[in-house]
Amino acid sequence: QTFSLPDLPYDYGALEPAISGEIMQLHHQKHHQTYITNYNKALEQLNDAIEKGDSAAVVKLQSAIKFNGGGHVNHSIFWKNLAPVREGGGELPHGSLGWAIDADFGSLEKLIQLMNAEGAALRGSGWVWLALDKELKKLVVETTANQDPLVTKGPTLVPLLGIDVWEHAYYLQYKNVRPDYLKNIWKVMNWKYASEVYAKECPSS
Amino acid sequence: MVPAAATAASLNCALFHRQGGLNRATRGLQWTKKQQCTRKPGPAIITAKFELKPPPYPLNALEPHMSKDTLEYHWGKHHRAYVDNLNKQIVGTELDSMPLEDVVIVTYNKGDMLPAFNNAAQAWNHEFFWGCMKPGGGGKPSGELLQLIERDFGSFEKFVEEFKSAAATQFGSGWAWLVYKANRLDVENAVNPRPLEEDKKLVVVKSSNAVNPLVWDYSPLLTIDVWEHAYYLDFQNRRPDYISTFMEKLVSWEAASARLEVAKAQAAEREKEQRKRDEAEDIQGSEAVEMYVDGETEDSGAD
Repeated sequence: QTFSLPDLPYDYGALEPAISGEIMQLHHQKHHQTYITNYNKALEQLNDAIEKGDSAAVVKLQSAIKFNGGGHVNHSIFWKNLAPVREGGGELPHGSLGWAIDADFGSLEKLIQLMNAEGAALRGSGWVWLALDKELKKLVVETTANQDPLVTKGPTLVPLLGIDVWEHAYYLQYKNVRPDYLKNIWKVMNWKYASEVYAKECPSS
Repeated sequence: MVPAAATAASLNCALFHRQGGLNRATRGLQWTKKQQCTRKPGPAIITAKFELKPPPYPLNALEPHMSKDTLEYHWGKHHRAYVDNLNKQIVGTELDSMPLEDVVIVTYNKGDMLPAFNNAAQAWNHEFFWGCMKPGGGGKPSGELLQLIERDFGSFEKFVEEFKSAAATQFGSGWAWLVYKANRLDVENAVNPRPLEEDKKLVVVKSSNAVNPLVWDYSPLLTIDVWEHAYYLDFQNRRPDYISTFMEKLVSWEAASARLEVAKAQAAEREKEQRKRDEAEDIQGSEAVEMYVDGETEDSGAD
């Protein structure tokens, strides 16, 4: 199976002024596409290696799969995490997710503060996540380095929202001021998507 | 990088640290007040705060290969923040009176990094990085550096390929380096019995985030910053183009050659110190044997 670049559910410029069209286009057409291209290549090499029984090669390919497959997984979620304002971006979470946020963090403001703090403190490249621990039925904030998917932090973690804090996600617009990017991204956060995922994992509330 | 005035004393400090694993007399890399007192006398170390030194050229001097905008942000914001935040973290502590290289090694703490490591290492890395570039850079090295490159990589072209590959495949944030490795045997407690010139090798390494080869006891000769902030304004996602431009138009081989000289001198100094220590231990050892043999009489010396 080969993977291909999922379409963005909105125009490149639709998230402005929170995230510039220039960034969205580069991020989607170049960065995400490159992860997919390299992921497909790594998978092809992996299949070869498996067929040949070349275990050393199989092991050697793991990091390329993690980097590029992780990049594909994470960015596919990311595009759905964002929405133009006119399509509900930034609208506060209602229903069961809203209550869970209050229960587990005290308030939405506190959650946002926590995620922004974790995102700003993350050194180098990575992601900050709002996650559901589906075993404990609890919301948690987690970070992952580079393109490690959330599941590397715990097999029971389901991503509800992820914020890409690689510099490519904000540099052209915000330069070194990552905290401003974090502040503004909430204006286009797609809480509807997060609520749907949450409701599916936790149908009774 | 070490301020010129502090070179003698700080070289010794760094040596002391790096010899921690190899020196049978010292116990590991513990930085104590006692060791500070055993530094050789030399020019006073600049205590007080670390400075943000400007690059050795105007911010627009690397155009069009690296824009003024990039330098303004990269040096003026990123590098400045590392220095300012480092100073805030270490003021009033023992780290405040150390040369930057020593702060890096101490706070690396054998991989269990202390809070100041990130800022210290990034402050060091960036100062080093500006010195690796010059207006009208590029071309080929000459003299001994070229000889060693050809010896250890096969050819200059093969070195360039390996360096560019390391820089391109450092996933996430980090750096690629050309380093001078002083000992082929890097196993702790292993002593190279015949220090030969050929044991001193050039290698290419890459590191993530703030880590640099000082912590592996290597001498950096050249680096390229591959954090996205280093190239995004000028090249966006096109890291390979940035790397090529760096090699063809920016790299300062003079700076790399100068560092090679320093690295070789340091390595020679270490070997001298090590031989002296070995000789001293041998003498001690043989004295002890003699005393044991004469142990029958209470007063072996007196008559």
